[in-house]
Amino acid sequence: MSTVADDLHHDDHHDHKPSGIKRWLYTTNHKDIGTLYLWFAFIMFLIGGAMAMVIRAELFQPGLQIVDPNFFNQMTTVHGLIMVFGAVMPAFTGLANWMVPLMIGAPDMALPRMNNWSFWILPFAFLILLSSLFLEGGGPNFGWTFYAPLSTTYSNDSTALFVFSVHIMGASSIMGAINVIVTIFNMRAPGMTWMKMPLFVWTWLITAFLLIAVMPVLAGAVTMVLTDKFFGTSFFDAAGGGDPVMFQHIFWFFGHPEVYIMILPAFGIISQIVPTFSRKPLFGYSSMVYATTSIALLSFIVWAHHMFTTGMPLFAEMFFMFATMLISVPTGVKVFNWVATMWRGAISFEVPMLFALAFIVLFTLGGFSGLMLAITPVDFQYHDTYFVVAHFHYVLVTGAVFSIMAAVYYWLPKWTGKMYDETLAKWHFWCSLISVNVLFFPMHFVGLAGMPRRIPDYSLQFADFNQWISIGGFAFGLSQFIFLALLLKACRKEGEPVSDKVWDGAEGLEWEIPSPAPYHTFETPPVVK
Amino acid sequence: MNGQTKNNKALVLRLAAIVVGMFGFGFALVPLYDVFCDITGINGKTRNTAASYDFVTVDESRLVTVEFITRTNSGMPWEFEAQTKRVKVHPGEMAQVDFYVRNPSSRDIIGQAIPSVSPGTAALYLNKTECFCFNQQPLLAGQEALMPMKFYVDPQLPEDIHFFTLSYTLYDVTATSSEVAMNNK
Ligand code: HEM
Ligand SMILES: [Cu+2]
Repeated sequence: MSTVADDLHHDDHHDHKPSGIKRWLYTTNHKDIGTLYLWFAFIMFLIGGAMAMVIRAELFQPGLQIVDPNFFNQMTTVHGLIMVFGAVMPAFTGLANWMVPLMIGAPDMALPRMNNWSFWILPFAFLILLSSLFLEGGGPNFGWTFYAPLSTTYSNDSTALFVFSVHIMGASSIMGAINVIVTIFNMRAPGMTWMKMPLFVWTWLITAFLLIAVMPVLAGAVTMVLTDKFFGTSFFDAAGGGDPVMFQHIFWFFGHPEVYIMILPAFGIISQIVPTFSRKPLFGYSSMVYATTSIALLSFIVWAHHMFTTGMPLFAEMFFMFATMLISVPTGVKVFNWVATMWRGAISFEVPMLFALAFIVLFTLGGFSGLMLAITPVDFQYHDTYFVVAHFHYVLVTGAVFSIMAAVYYWLPKWTGKMYDETLAKWHFWCSLISVNVLFFPMHFVGLAGMPRRIPDYSLQFADFNQWISIGGFAFGLSQFIFLALLLKACRKEGEPVSDKVWDGAEGLEWEIPSPAPYHTFETPPVVK
Repeated sequence: MNGQTKNNKALVLRLAAIVVGMFGFGFALVPLYDVFCDITGINGKTRNTAASYDFVTVDESRLVTVEFITRTNSGMPWEFEAQTKRVKVHPGEMAQVDFYVRNPSSRDIIGQAIPSVSPGTAALYLNKTECFCFNQQPLLAGQEALMPMKFYVDPQLPEDIHFFTLSYTLYDVTATSSEVAMNNK
């Protein structure tokens, strides 16, 4: 702990913490828990990434060569589940744990014990999910969307483990979300009014409300799958009077808000980083808040754009088409505001800014392919092809994941007190940027040409593009080891010491505390002017 | 600090109530979905109780073509065929179509036929006074049967619908239905 910190807080017991593994098991400190979440997310990112490598190795050539189709399906399923629930969501929760108290001037999260629980049940959820892969008959193979009847009539008994692990993941994120809301409502420093809150805090607050609104619906959906499969109910079984299409309605009622859960915190991060490196305040702060709120509200009425081909009546197709297109208006407001913030700014290109710029361009690209998919008649062609895979990887990898990387580079010096290795960081950025586009851009073309998703084999005419895609995939996977090396160096506290402010254009309470951030901060609340 | 804890508790309780409420809402979507589809007829489901045929005036001014499609769910070995592939009826006029089933397998099976109408809106105007789909149908190994279905099209049928399809899918429900049904026949 730095001496600066001890000078600031004139009590010496505040730094007391148990050592070794017990520190991490019992910790209720928001910074420790944030670190745990972030490492957990990174490990899951690597495991989920390894599964993607299996997928891409199989798809390197047409024909079946490396894995059998059932295992291929397990890979696509568990890859999706791990990346969504194990990597992206915990990473955002980790960032919220670290940064929300620092940004609103609170000493810790409001419910520190629950915070400990919500983290520590997560590893068990994924242990259960991953171990199901090694059982006789294998793990879940019905896609991350677990459509009935694939997950009911046609699945094997490991489905019970899948359901149980999703329940635990849901409980974890609900607890995390409640904690964030209570912290933001009740723990803001005096003078930190709603419209002074940093945008990362705002976007996380709204995300947390989305989480408590839809994670319980997901819990309900998996419970219905469980009882349909094992206890003879017929929620989704037509023979018993149920309806498999209803599964899709329930799932996507959760699923579409879920995709915004994975992007709203990213909007917050970009809204912190762009002003810092443009050395200008954020353009249109209040419009950002309203845009985020309206995106969150609209996200509840567009779910059936995932179901255009289920034979909905015309008026429903039209309604969901126009509602979906409406969402691009507030999203466009955001992109406009980021660009306007940079306009005539004194921009510098440190690595967090590089990732943020890549985010703005590539996320927008993903938004455009989303708009194409939102047009009902053409979605009949694009649905369930690689075009959809390209769309959601642009918004999720070059969107959500890039924003997480940007956030880590942005706040890492504050966490460790040392500047990260800038050479490695630049290598990481450029290798990732180039490989991610080699990986995902050609997917648009094979998708438009009709290559279906989630199939281990394909017709010969897609061979060249798939080779490129696989090469991009391997390169992107390898690039992440640069990131790993950089993070390990940072944890060993190597590098140049940084000032409290770290970046000369940075604004906000988190930059007023010492670097590295002391174990306890804001025990006496700061006064916000 | 005490006031703080109290505030936290109150808020946590309210948020937990939202969580519980939304869990319930997930399940409430099931009846809501059914009611919504019943009213609008958008998923093509027909009523599974018999309609009555009283005081129906036949609209002789137009003809509606009704087409019948049959299929069996995977794993269901029965042969299943409509004896008439399509009929032309005036709205309000009664018609009967027979469906042939045979159980070529060596085990006794109970079947359940699930109807579906396309375009979905027509489902609201299809009135069946008698249908094999209202009940489970047991067939002993090797047995065959003719199953009748009587219906009329509601004269209120929108003018723009001249043609609709009624499709039946047969499911093997032997495992989930009780032995009793089989013994009763
Ligand atoms: C302008 C904004 C967006 C529009 C108009 C849009 C539209 C769509 C549409 C219509 C589909 C369904 C395609 C199909 O299955 O045929 C889709 C799929 C998907 N979108 Fe988006 N989207 C947008 C933004 C996002 C964002 C921000 C995310 C996440 C961060 C996202 C994640 C996904 C995912 C994961 C799927 C595929 C789900 C699956 O079937 O596995 N989208 N999008
Ligand atoms: Cu969606």
